[in-house]
Amino acid sequence: MTKTPLQFRHNGREVALFVDGGTNLLVVLREMLGDVTPKFGCGQGGCGACTVLIDGEAHLSCLTLAETVEGRAVETLDGIKTGPNLHPLQQAFAEGFAAQCGYCTPGMLMAAKALLDRIPQPSREQVVEAISGNICRCTGYEPIINAVLAAAASRRASA
Amino acid sequence: MLELRKDIFADERDDNLNEVGKGTQRQDMLGHVTGTSTYFNDHKLQGMLHLRVVRSAQPHARLRRIDTSEAERSEGVRRIIRGSDVPRNLNTLLSLINFGKDDEPTLAVDKVRYRGEPIVAVVAETPRAAAEAAAKVRIDYEDLPAVFDVEEALKPGAPTVNETYPKNTFIYHERYDHQKLRFGDVERGLAQADHVLEQRYQMSPIEHAPVETNGSIAAPDTNGRYVVYTSTQALFFSLDTCAKILDLPSNTFHFIGGTVGGGFGGKVDTLTEPLAILAAMLTGRPVRYVLGREEEMQFGPPRGAERIYIKDGVMRDGRIVARQIRGYFDSGAYTRLSSYAVVKCAAHLPGPYTIPNVHGDIYCVFTNRTPATAMRGFGITGIDFALECQMDKLAHLIGMDPMEFRILNAYRDGDMKAHRREAKNTALIECVQVAAEKAKWPMREEFRRMSSRKDGGGARAAVPSTPRETAATRPAPAQQRTSYDRGLSSPPLEPPPPPPQSPAPSSSHGATRFSSVFGTRRR
Ligand code: FES
Ligand code: FES
Repeated sequence: MTKTPLQFRHNGREVALFVDGGTNLLVVLREMLGDVTPKFGCGQGGCGACTVLIDGEAHLSCLTLAETVEGRAVETLDGIKTGPNLHPLQQAFAEGFAAQCGYCTPGMLMAAKALLDRIPQPSREQVVEAISGNICRCTGYEPIINAVLAAAASRRASA
Repeated sequence: MLELRKDIFADERDDNLNEVGKGTQRQDMLGHVTGTSTYFNDHKLQGMLHLRVVRSAQPHARLRRIDTSEAERSEGVRRIIRGSDVPRNLNTLLSLINFGKDDEPTLAVDKVRYRGEPIVAVVAETPRAAAEAAAKVRIDYEDLPAVFDVEEALKPGAPTVNETYPKNTFIYHERYDHQKLRFGDVERGLAQADHVLEQRYQMSPIEHAPVETNGSIAAPDTNGRYVVYTSTQALFFSLDTCAKILDLPSNTFHFIGGTVGGGFGGKVDTLTEPLAILAAMLTGRPVRYVLGREEEMQFGPPRGAERIYIKDGVMRDGRIVARQIRGYFDSGAYTRLSSYAVVKCAAHLPGPYTIPNVHGDIYCVFTNRTPATAMRGFGITGIDFALECQMDKLAHLIGMDPMEFRILNAYRDGDMKAHRREAKNTALIECVQVAAEKAKWPMREEFRRMSSRKDGGGARAAVPSTPRETAATRPAPAQQRTSYDRGLSSPPLEPPPPPPQSPAPSSSHGATRFSSVFGTRRR
């Protein structure tokens, strides 16, 4: 099969590889780059576990053709800490019991990050809307929504 | 803040609880929020192959011919696995505790019994190559009549789903086609009752739908062993099941699990490990077998459907004097854990109430549906749903407050349960009182003063005489409409029911526990 060269920024680092036609971004991240923070839940856009940011916007990596991220910036949960310090969202999720099995958590956090980067002080409705494509079967959405709001509040306090 | 009612069991144990009521961080939380918790599928092994299963497109059919020749020639295919490659291609999960007969193949050979049943496994270099080859497997089905309804499955002449159990019911102790509970004389109780209410309840199958689908990766290790990363909720259970199916000592396998992406009971059935390991054995390479979302929904076992008939006799003063229950648990095409769910269900009758005449028949039925499995309180949830709906309807029928009605009939310490075990440590009355208080539900003073510790035992501790069985099972009764169903206003309120008789509470605390699966007592 012919391979296509692909180059993009992965969590701030320039990467280059060759992909088969039709390969999706989730496979590139997980299997080729070894970044397993985005998760496979359905492969059909139904669950949000594979959510990553492309140029700051939340996307489902399982439905994103790898070739379409050429030259763009892809951000995953693996890249949101600052050194050893947790991102305020990670802190708030941990403190607010916003994860149980943890499988939806990477996608949730990335969807939430896209929101806070765009709207630092969102309303509850905006949080609900932002994570509406992400399914959690364990925790229930209330602690997750509250954690996102708490992260926004903690940023305001420290700003 | 959580309020703990430590007074209720004060004489049962020391008050040494110092964690309950306080928030404690999960030990895996840091891993979860940083994405470093390792799920089975986060392992990438050198030279890993991918396994895909060809599944039955039919709910019930004979397999006339399985042609894998084209698939074998397909690009990237390393191995095709058939039922004849599986060392012991028949198993039942609870055989590990000696319960039930082997009734389920890893790969179907002569017949398929539900849609989605595995027939052939294809092992290939990439997921895509595996999927493409799987699509080239040709299966020639001879359709058989299928049955999807538990009561239809029990009718004479119904198609036999699973030849291990020709009558479509699980057989207990090699002779009983259902679980039976008899306590007192239910016919007499019903005849004496002021009102009789008969209802039919039905619960659909429920899919767990974990966000992580079921799967495993098996890889050859040194010393002829295999390491297995798996999503299982039941690590050693799965390990032993694989040892049996693959006919190898269990120390051949090193299972690694622990971080499960949501299970809820849907990851206890050892769905993927046997084939992943077998493929690793046959190819000498690591093999990954992970379910896609459709497979998870179709082939992943659900909570089984249940149908329950309840016929109750109740007095105008609120006492339930007879309860007759007939339940059908839809096991799907194979037993898995449903035989045990039925035992649990029967052990739960007649709910947490003291009723002098109880009669229960619960069946584990085979149909051409996806085999059912565990899910949060399976065996109990369905019957509780039915019983508590029935309690509301009964209360409505006699014009009594539903909370007070439950308190009136609740078992109390010292009462005799229908299983001929003394009730102890009961606390239903207190639960109802607290629930009513929290919900600001008005309740009369005398009900607020009642206690699980008072008024039990004595006459309520008696084992009533129980006639021997003769009658055959009757046909399904028609659904009886109640004013509750029609949403009419309550009938006029009756005078308050007499509080239960109050002899001295029994001091005996020697109740034994009943191990439901083995039918033995233990202290
Ligand atoms: S895996 Fe991408 S939406 Fe489910
Ligand atoms: S924590 Fe398990 S799916 Fe959300």
